[in-house]
Amino acid sequence: MSAVETNFQGSTEVPPNTAVPSTVAKMRGRDVCVFYGEKQALFDVNIDIMEQEVTALIGPSGCGKSTFLRCLNRMNDVVDICRVTGAITLDGGDIYDRSVDVVHLRARVGMVFQKPNPFPKSIYENIAYGPRIHGLTRSKAELDEIVETSLIKAGLWKEVKDRLDQPGTGLSGGQQQRLCIARAVAVQPEVILMDEPCSALDPIATATVEDLIHELRENYTIVIVTHSMQQAARVSQKTAFFHLGNLVEYGETEQIFTNPKDERTQGYITGRFG
Amino acid sequence: MTTISEVSTSSAAPSLSPEVARRLKRRYAAERRFQVYGLSAIMIGLAFLVIMFTSIIQAGLPAFQETRIRLDVELEADKFPTDPAELTADGLRLVGWTGMIQKSIRDTLKPEARSDAVLMHKLLSPNAEVAVRDAVVDDPSLIGSTLSIWVLAAGDVDAIMKGTIDRNLPEEQRTVNDKQLTYIDRLDADGRLRKQFAFTLFTAGASSYPESSGIGVAMIGSLFMMLIVLMLALPIGVAAAVYLEEFAPRNRWTDIIEVNINNLAAVPSIVFGLLGLAVFINFVELPRSAPLVGGLVLTLMTLPTVIIATRAALKAVPPSIREAALGIGASKMQSIFHHVLPLAAPGILTSIIIGLAQALGETAPLLMIGMVATVFTYPATPMDPATALPVQIYMWSGLPERGFVARTSAGIMVLLGFLIFMNALAVFLRKKFERRW
Repeated sequence: MSAVETNFQGSTEVPPNTAVPSTVAKMRGRDVCVFYGEKQALFDVNIDIMEQEVTALIGPSGCGKSTFLRCLNRMNDVVDICRVTGAITLDGGDIYDRSVDVVHLRARVGMVFQKPNPFPKSIYENIAYGPRIHGLTRSKAELDEIVETSLIKAGLWKEVKDRLDQPGTGLSGGQQQRLCIARAVAVQPEVILMDEPCSALDPIATATVEDLIHELRENYTIVIVTHSMQQAARVSQKTAFFHLGNLVEYGETEQIFTNPKDERTQGYITGRFG
Repeated sequence: MTTISEVSTSSAAPSLSPEVARRLKRRYAAERRFQVYGLSAIMIGLAFLVIMFTSIIQAGLPAFQETRIRLDVELEADKFPTDPAELTADGLRLVGWTGMIQKSIRDTLKPEARSDAVLMHKLLSPNAEVAVRDAVVDDPSLIGSTLSIWVLAAGDVDAIMKGTIDRNLPEEQRTVNDKQLTYIDRLDADGRLRKQFAFTLFTAGASSYPESSGIGVAMIGSLFMMLIVLMLALPIGVAAAVYLEEFAPRNRWTDIIEVNINNLAAVPSIVFGLLGLAVFINFVELPRSAPLVGGLVLTLMTLPTVIIATRAALKAVPPSIREAALGIGASKMQSIFHHVLPLAAPGILTSIIIGLAQALGETAPLLMIGMVATVFTYPATPMDPATALPVQIYMWSGLPERGFVARTSAGIMVLLGFLIFMNALAVFLRKKFERRW
């Protein structure tokens, strides 16, 4: 059933993916441990993230789900005392290998953050910045096109097309978050990581962003951290439950929410702790 | 059935027990007392500020005016060199200017005795001839004619005209005697005396006579030093702050560096002067009294302030901006230079201006490197001897003549003017740019 064995089941080998044979694993984590100084935050996480699926990471606060998400595009590198062991691969290549350029990696694995964080620049500049630093365009016309398609993909084009030169910080919270998604999409990533993208939004904006995640799934592999189990159930195909730094259970979203194998998962989704 | 209003009225206005009421009263009294303390502290501070400003302005305002005497100077052709090539500023220096203008005041006032003539000469500033010489250098065709020109009056005449020397004092207590008073009155009656705005104060360099001394050289010296501080402290300070804040690993060494930078900001400025004396003058052998050395010393003194304030400005940029840039694949350098620094710029600018203002008002370190100098001519480069505004004020404050007392206060007013302007600029820039996210 599940694509991945977790550590306490004693195996690090991945059985053949029987659930969705048509898709392949985009990213793999093998025995991933994360240490903040002396403190260990993640214990031997093994996970396969499937291409063109939405994978939700759930669990109580401090369980390590955001830490794991940030390992996937090496945002943890910024933290001095953070140390990662084990292997994380993207299309089979180890992203923690010395030869990997972290800047290039982050262009392939984009990220959307908890709090909408547009640059204090114009809407156009917010989107154009990424393609520009990566040299994706040769002319202004090409750049204009990327900006437009990114905004269309993020479902924001109709709302902002007449005010592209206005500051991105002047948009509403939900629009800002979609602007951040458009910004991530603009550098043409393969994977998009979302760290509680809706926790600062009202229910209506949340619904818009969730619809957007559905649409983006066609072209991108998405990993989303969320505190809302309803959201995980609504948007994801696979769900991983983290607890105290362990990946407790990982499988089809439906199975996790209807028929969890682990007691702790059961306890969490029924609201007994977390 | 009870309505809401009934419920609320029945529970409202609880009767206070006398114990609680007394304690409440004491609490309010304590609060009022505290407000009175604070208010009186502010009032005392303001009162001293007002006293300081009024005394400085009262003492300094007269220095912004100077008294001039109109003379008809005969420029006799036989006293000048005949070769036209010698009619330059240098060639004309040796002409008997003093004799010429002394003759013209004698011709005006008609002395009865030889001793009277000496008293008349003393009505003129020893630097009065400069105006005549400059006029002839500008226009040599004046030679041979009679030139009607306003020249500087002596400091004592100036003081009488402004009333800073009381003419009703007994004669032996005045530096101007009764005969000179009658001369002054005669000149005044003839329309040969006038008070005008003292451009000399802003253009002249050092002088032994108050009426012909000014802050010109000091302002240029200070300007050179400010430029040097700006050119050195801005890039070095910002680079150091960015490195320490964004790139440096957090370990024992960076902790030590951080503590030391904080300590350096509190080191007495004269210590920086000693350092400058030892390093820049004795070791590197740069010239004494040069604005270059002054600028270097002031840079050392300003750097800790700039670094600390810049780090604070960088810290104030929300980390989400850094993450946003890193998240779409900007390198660390790009995220800092494209996003963090522009957002921190107003704070950095403010810190630089505050640092410059601090450096502008600094005197002690400059005394150590010989900027306390009597310099008559403008420095053309930062290597030429010069002095600085606060040092010029310090030097004037030690001189006994009435005119220098006024000039000391006038210098303070100019310095305070610059400082207020710079601080206002800093506040303006901060207000204008700070709200960007």
